[in-house]
Amino acid sequence: MAGTGKAHLHNGDDTILRVEDLLVEFKTEEHGKKVHAVTGISFDVLKGETLGLVGESGCGKSTTGRAVMQIPRPTGGSVVFEGRELTALHGEELRKLRTDVQMIFQDPISSLNPRRKVIDIVAEPLHIWGIGTKEERIAKARDTLAAVGIDPDQAGDRRPHQFSGGQCQRICIARALVLDPRLIICDEPVSALDVSVQAQVLNLLEDLKAQFGLTLVFIAHDLAVVKNVSDRVAVMYLGKICEVAPSDDLYREPRHPYTTALLKAIPVPDPTVRPDGAVRLRGEIPSPVAPPSGCRFRTRCPSADAICAEQEPQLIQVGHEHFVACHHPVPISGLADAAQ
Amino acid sequence: MSTDHLLVVEDLKTHFSTTAGVVRAVDGVSFTLERGKALGIVGESGSGKSVLSRSIMGLLPGNNVMRSGSVKLDGHELMGLSRSEMRSYWGQTMAMVFQDPMTSLNPVMKIGKQVGEGLRRTLGMSKQDSIETAERLLADVGIPEPARRLKEYPHQLSGGMRQRVTIATALSCGPSLLFADEPTTALDVTVQAQILDLLAAQQHDRNMSMILVTHDLGVVAGRTDEIAVMYAGQIVERAPTASLFANMKMPYTEALMKSIPKLTDKAHTRLDSVGGRPPNLISPPAGCRFAPRCPYASERCLSEQPPLVEAVETPGHYFRCWYPVGSQEYIQAVRRRESLAAAGGI
Repeated sequence: MAGTGKAHLHNGDDTILRVEDLLVEFKTEEHGKKVHAVTGISFDVLKGETLGLVGESGCGKSTTGRAVMQIPRPTGGSVVFEGRELTALHGEELRKLRTDVQMIFQDPISSLNPRRKVIDIVAEPLHIWGIGTKEERIAKARDTLAAVGIDPDQAGDRRPHQFSGGQCQRICIARALVLDPRLIICDEPVSALDVSVQAQVLNLLEDLKAQFGLTLVFIAHDLAVVKNVSDRVAVMYLGKICEVAPSDDLYREPRHPYTTALLKAIPVPDPTVRPDGAVRLRGEIPSPVAPPSGCRFRTRCPSADAICAEQEPQLIQVGHEHFVACHHPVPISGLADAAQ
Repeated sequence: MSTDHLLVVEDLKTHFSTTAGVVRAVDGVSFTLERGKALGIVGESGSGKSVLSRSIMGLLPGNNVMRSGSVKLDGHELMGLSRSEMRSYWGQTMAMVFQDPMTSLNPVMKIGKQVGEGLRRTLGMSKQDSIETAERLLADVGIPEPARRLKEYPHQLSGGMRQRVTIATALSCGPSLLFADEPTTALDVTVQAQILDLLAAQQHDRNMSMILVTHDLGVVAGRTDEIAVMYAGQIVERAPTASLFANMKMPYTEALMKSIPKLTDKAHTRLDSVGGRPPNLISPPAGCRFAPRCPYASERCLSEQPPLVEAVETPGHYFRCWYPVGSQEYIQAVRRRESLAAAGGI
């Protein structure tokens, strides 16, 4: 894809986060060259919804999540959270705002301080902001631990290394929740976990979302996981958004050749479904230092032609809340089996 | 034992002595593998699946390892062989592809030299011959411009290309058995599909046996003839691939399958997750090792360890459970759970 465009953005009051023309570039050691990590993407998140950002390594999904938090500051574009332009905020104002937007990271063990007790880790954000008395803070931290399924009596005085990966991720979730955020950005929160534990954490996130009225941005490479938790999904490729759609529609009727290929590449736990080599993508993702002209997916796209090299496709509407950035979108017919 | 059994493993145990006690990483594993067939070994972290493949191949170093049982390859007993005796099997008879291609390749050696190393050392090829063969091998595994790649270093290649190089290296001396230990876990999904296609094609073309070790039931579903599911150091279910998926017997396999999010399910489908986590392998449970987490466990399961038995109605399908999925006792346990849930007011 490769597309830009804002046709998919909503105009109502229920938008909690609106990102427009987000641009993130990093300098390289070589003079004058830049890594084009995220190039002009726009998306929004409605109150109470889960937006999935999915794509392979190097597609810019994690960079996008971090740019929303302003770590690091995006090179360009706008990030509006609850009506406030984050890219214009500095110092204390930005710090304050970050209490409303929290993050959960991929590796739960390395994101917890190994030398501190679990109860102190979870109470730390309250301490930083001077919320309540010490007793109130501990009480709040205990409640939050209980909400994520960790027994505060047993666990509070222990340290992270005494817990499994799944339990550490629960502690990370508790720490993110303790300040009552309105938006949580989850960056590959279950990728480091075994499937049985992954299921527990995914169920927990769904429960907490309902219980605390949260809005989530869920970043992951695993399409099945993303589908399970998301209301809408944006598929990213090489710093661009290819396709945005309600989760069920995206998987039932993918319109972008990349989405189709991605869905077909997933190994299905069903031996009656034979691996389909016919729609295999060839090659690998190009370097973001010198991305292809026009549509960034064209070098691997089975339906690319001359126009794809010249013009960058814009996101166009192809269904209810369904947008695709492609000059040659996949026809609906014959696609129904892609989701199976 | 018929002659087409390439690998016969009997009651293989691999224990590690640690300061905390003896870790029973692989605890009595038996299976056979026919020539030209692919076996999938599936399990979660700590199930012993990687230790099993390394133990068979004799790759576990150190003097804290205790191995017992029997591993017969082509009729030759491998247990008790010295490292130098094992070396004669590596490359020509058995080879392995590891998870992370960046750590299994030497970063300061050119690709051509690495792929050709086995050819020179094991097959005694001349330098010139080894380079020509390496170039052909790289072409076989789908690397474009193999002649140029021979002169490059691993860091100049992408992750998928590096894994193709390790596959070419593993295949170089024509092994009859290839171990692939999580060969695609470090790769993206589109590249994973390419590598799995490649392994399947090479296995077929060379009439090679393959053991594919993975945590992902999806990876083994379409690409193996047989699957062994491991839990806490033991095989808990082993069956022809179609039979395993069509007719799961072991509640652990069922739980694993149910906890995978599926693309065919609607968004926000509640995942049926199993609580708890795998047991400590220093002092595993007395009875069935899955019993403490099993929703259908009864008293017998907690005290008496079930043996690996063959299903009556589907020969070749083995499982380690007193009350397998579908049995009378299982159905009663499901009903008990349902009535408990109903009584709980859910």
